[in-house]
Amino acid sequence: MIPAIVVFIYLATVLYIGIFAFRKGKGTEKAEDYFLASRSLGPFVFLFSLFGTNMTAFAILGSSGHAFNNGIVTFGLMASSSGLVIPLTIFLIGTRVWALGKKYGFMTPVQMFRDRWECGHIGTLIFIVQAVLLVPYIIIGIMGGGTTLHAISGGLVPYWFGGAIVAMVVMSYVFFGGMRGTAWVNTFQTILFLCFGAVALVVIGVGMGGFRSAAQALQSSPASAWLLTRERISPRYFFSYTFIPLSAIAFPHILIFCLTARKMAQFKKTVIFYPLCIMAIWLPCVFLGVMANRVADVPEIRAKQEARRVLATQGRTMAPEARDDLREKAAGDDVILLLLKRYAPFWLAGLLGAGIMAAVMASDSQILALSTMFTEDVFAFYGGKRRFGEAVQVQTGRIFIVIITLFAYAVALRAPETIFELAIQYAFSGFAALSPLLIAALFWKGSTKWGALAVTVWTALAVIAVAIFQHSFPAPAPGPPTIFWSLGGTEVVSRTPGGTAVFGFMPVVPMVLVSALLMIVISKITPKPKGTTLAKYFPTADVT
Amino acid sequence: MKRILLVIVVVALYILHQDFWFWYTPYFRGAIPFGFIPIGLFYQACFSLACALVMWLLVKYAWPTQLEREVEERDPEEDSAH
Repeated sequence: MIPAIVVFIYLATVLYIGIFAFRKGKGTEKAEDYFLASRSLGPFVFLFSLFGTNMTAFAILGSSGHAFNNGIVTFGLMASSSGLVIPLTIFLIGTRVWALGKKYGFMTPVQMFRDRWECGHIGTLIFIVQAVLLVPYIIIGIMGGGTTLHAISGGLVPYWFGGAIVAMVVMSYVFFGGMRGTAWVNTFQTILFLCFGAVALVVIGVGMGGFRSAAQALQSSPASAWLLTRERISPRYFFSYTFIPLSAIAFPHILIFCLTARKMAQFKKTVIFYPLCIMAIWLPCVFLGVMANRVADVPEIRAKQEARRVLATQGRTMAPEARDDLREKAAGDDVILLLLKRYAPFWLAGLLGAGIMAAVMASDSQILALSTMFTEDVFAFYGGKRRFGEAVQVQTGRIFIVIITLFAYAVALRAPETIFELAIQYAFSGFAALSPLLIAALFWKGSTKWGALAVTVWTALAVIAVAIFQHSFPAPAPGPPTIFWSLGGTEVVSRTPGGTAVFGFMPVVPMVLVSALLMIVISKITPKPKGTTLAKYFPTADVT
Repeated sequence: MKRILLVIVVVALYILHQDFWFWYTPYFRGAIPFGFIPIGLFYQACFSLACALVMWLLVKYAWPTQLEREVEERDPEEDSAH
C-alpha cells in the first residue's frame, strides 16, 4: 500500500502544479496564453517539457518489455535512431515553424498549411487525419494509468478507479493550467523519470548481485544468448525503424510545443541534449529488460518465458487465437514493475512507481493539442471566434478537454488494450508518412495544396490498408514470415510475427517514400500559390 | 563548404547507425565490454553520444540566424493569421 500512497502524493503534486499555473495565468482569457503559454517558455522548461511530451508509457514499460522479448536490439531500433532523427528534425523544422508562428501568429500546423498553400478544406482534412491518429494515445494513456495504479497498489485500486483517477488528474491540470500547466507538469515528470532509470538500474543491479554474472549466464545458455545480439532481426527491419522517428515532428502536440519557446535560442539546448535524455531513459530500461531473463525467483517472469518458449516451438501448429493468447502471456510490459517489486524496498518502489506514472501520464499534451486544434482549426476557422470572441474560444477549448477525456475514459473501460497498442503502431507510421507535408511546406516553394491533399489521402488509405491486412491475416508464430505476394521470387508483401513487411521493409518505408513522391509529382502538375504568399515563406528566394 | 561538411557528417552518422559489423556477436576483441554490456548495446550507446556531439556542431556552425533576424525585424502584430 505504501507505494500506492507515494503515487497518490505524486498525483496531488502534479494537480497542484496545474492549478498554480492557472493562478499565474488568471485574468487573461487569451487563446495564445491558454494554448501556447503566451510563447514564453524558457530553455529549461522548453527542453524538459518537449522531451517529456514525446516520452509515453512506452519509454519505460514498453522499452523494457520489448527488450525482455527481443534483446538488446530494442535500443538501436527505437532509442538511438530517435536520438539522431528527432533532434535533427527539431533543428531543421521546429525552428522554422517557431519563426513562422512568431511572425504570423500560427498556433497549429494546419493554420500554417492553410496559409502556405492557400487552402481551407484540405486543411480540415489534414486536421481530421491528425486527430484520428492522435486519439488512441489519449486512450492508452488512461489505460496505462489504470493498469499501473492497479499493479502498484497490489490490486487494492481497481483498474476502473485507477483509470478514473488518472483521467481526472490529467483533465484537471490541462483544463485549468492549459499549456503553462502542461509544460510545468511535463518538466516535473521528465525530471522524475530521468532519475528513474539510474536509480532502478542501481537498485535492481545490487539486488541481482551485479550484472556481470547475469550477462555471462545469458551468454552461456543457447536459449538466451541471442538476446545479447541482433541475430533474429533482419537488417532491413532495423533500417526501417529509422523512418519511424520522422513521426515525432509531424505529431501536432510536438509541433505545437515548438511554438511555445520564448526565443529561438531555446531550441539549442533541446537539440543538443535530446539524444542524451533519450539514452538516460532507454539504456537502463532496455538493459534491465534483457537482464530480467536471468531472474529465476519471480514466478510471473518464469511464466512469460515459458509462454515465449511454447510460442517459438509449437506456435506454427496452433490456432491463431491460441497464438495471440500466448503472445499476451509472453508480453513483458510489466517486467520492470515485477523487478521493482522483487528488488526495491517499499518506499523506493513507491518513488519509482511515481516515475512510471510520470511516463504513463504523457497524454496531457495530446489532449491539449487536440483541444487547440479543434478550437483553432475548426471553431475559429469556421467563424466561431469572430462571432463569439476569444474568451468563448478558450472556454470551448476547456469544454472540449472534458469531452475528449470522458470519451477516452469510457472507451478505455470497454475496449481491449491490444487494439489501441496496434492503433499506436499505425499512428507512428501515419505521422511519419505525413512528414513530407512539413518538409515541402518549409523547404520547397514548388509544393502545392493538391500535393498536400495527395499525401494526406495516401496516408489515410495506407494506414487503413495495413490495419485491414493485419486484422484479416493473423500474425504467424516466431520464425519466417508468411508470404502473400511475391514477384519473380522476390517477397513483395508478407505477414511477419511483428506486423507486415513490404520488400522486407516495414510499411513505414514505402508509406514515407510514396508520400514524398506524390508531393513532388502532383505539385509539379498543379498551380502554385500566389507570389505574395510564397514571399512570406521564402523571403530571400526568387518566387516570381 | 562548412554546410557541405556538416551534411556529410550527418549522412555518415545515419550510415553508422546500421552497425551490421556487430550483428551476430556480443563480444569486442573476445570479451563483453566491461563484462556486462554486449557490444551491440555499447556501440549504440556511444552512437547516442556521437549524436549529441553532432547536434552541438550543427547548433554551433549551422544555426539559422537569419530566421531569428527575420522575427526580430518584423512587427509581431503585423500580418497575423488571427
